[in-house]
Amino acid sequence: MPVRPSPSLGTARAGATIAALSVLILAEAAQAQTAPGAKASFPPFDATTFAGQLFWLAISFGVLYWLMSTVALPRVGAILEERAGTISRDLDNAAQMQAKAEETAKAYESALAEARKNAQGIAQAARDAGAKASDERRHVVEAELSAKLAAAEATIASTKSAAMQNVRGLGSEVAVAIVAKLTGQSPTASEASDAVDQALARG
Amino acid sequence: MAAGGGIDPISQFQIKPIVPLRPFGLDLSFSNASLFMALTVAAVSLIMVYGSSQRATVPGRLQSLAEIIYEFVASTVTGVMGKQGMVFFPFVFSLFMFVLMANMLGMIPGAFTVTSHIIVTAAFAFLVIGVVLVYGIMKHGSHFFGLFVPSGVPGWLLPFMVLIEAVSFVSRPISLSLRLFGNMLAGHIALKVFGGFVVALLAGGGIGYVIAPLPLLLAIALTALEFLVAFLQAYVFAILTCVYLNDALHPGH
Repeated sequence: MPVRPSPSLGTARAGATIAALSVLILAEAAQAQTAPGAKASFPPFDATTFAGQLFWLAISFGVLYWLMSTVALPRVGAILEERAGTISRDLDNAAQMQAKAEETAKAYESALAEARKNAQGIAQAARDAGAKASDERRHVVEAELSAKLAAAEATIASTKSAAMQNVRGLGSEVAVAIVAKLTGQSPTASEASDAVDQALARG
Repeated sequence: MAAGGGIDPISQFQIKPIVPLRPFGLDLSFSNASLFMALTVAAVSLIMVYGSSQRATVPGRLQSLAEIIYEFVASTVTGVMGKQGMVFFPFVFSLFMFVLMANMLGMIPGAFTVTSHIIVTAAFAFLVIGVVLVYGIMKHGSHFFGLFVPSGVPGWLLPFMVLIEAVSFVSRPISLSLRLFGNMLAGHIALKVFGGFVVALLAGGGIGYVIAPLPLLLAIALTALEFLVAFLQAYVFAILTCVYLNDALHPGH
């Protein structure tokens, strides 16, 4: 995180004052020292150059301080702050979008679950309805069939009794004919019929 | 450099006037030192002012450099002085960049090293101490002098301690200026001496041709070392400036 310097006019003014003062004092001192005229052999200790160096140093450092404190540093600080702001804003946006996406996914999922539940219900209902309908149909068909069966059984029974009647009549006639053939006497129909009944009863 | 003074390792520190200027009997000539001071300001401004002029959210190379330097110095300032220290940020930044750029420009062969002159480093050191004093007294009044009175010291020891504290305070600008000056001066003399050896050996011929690569290798190694020193001394200067300014912000022990 960039920390922007709070512009402190007081400090700047103090610095400038000190710089100016020190330049003046040192320049005077340098001038005083050079007066004897002893020729310095080692350049860094050659006091005749001190005044000029201090003068130009004060100017160049003053310009640099002014450029840095008023132009460069606030600008770079602003750039860094803006970037930090952009990044955090983007991150916030991303987080919001993610939350929204998650919400949507949740909604979708709940809708899906609901739909699934509904589908199950519908399927169950359909299955139940189908089962009921087929049961009913089966019952109807079964009833029909049993009615038909009963009718058929009745028909069979009546046919059978009719046939048995016919068989008995035929039997007694046959018995009369056989007796007549064997004995030459023909029994009466009632006798034959009694005899047939007796025989049938014996099995 | 070689053309100027042969093997003389001192001539590189010579100040030569370019535009003579003598108002009020003071020698204020625009010299090679002044030229390199101006170049220093120009180079720093190129990085910091021109570099940041695009105001790009995604920075280019120069802007990246400007931002890295900004954050480096800002973290140094806040690391030593805390958030309040940002009051001094432009000052520390200007000092650091001036010293660093002057040292680096001095590494160019034939260039003049502004910081190899005691008057320049002393001016910076006294400027720092002056700011400490003025700001400290402006901000804290007489409480500022509590700086010289360590707490928890027995009464009979106190005068002695105050004396020690005062001496250490006074010696700060001296050590601050001498450290930078001495490092730059010695490094450049050493470089020149070893470079001079190479020239002398080659000029001597014969066995010189065989031995000459040795000081050359040493000069190469020294050059790398000097680049390190150029950065390190600027950093040390900035850190110590922060430490001293911290006393002005928080004078209590």
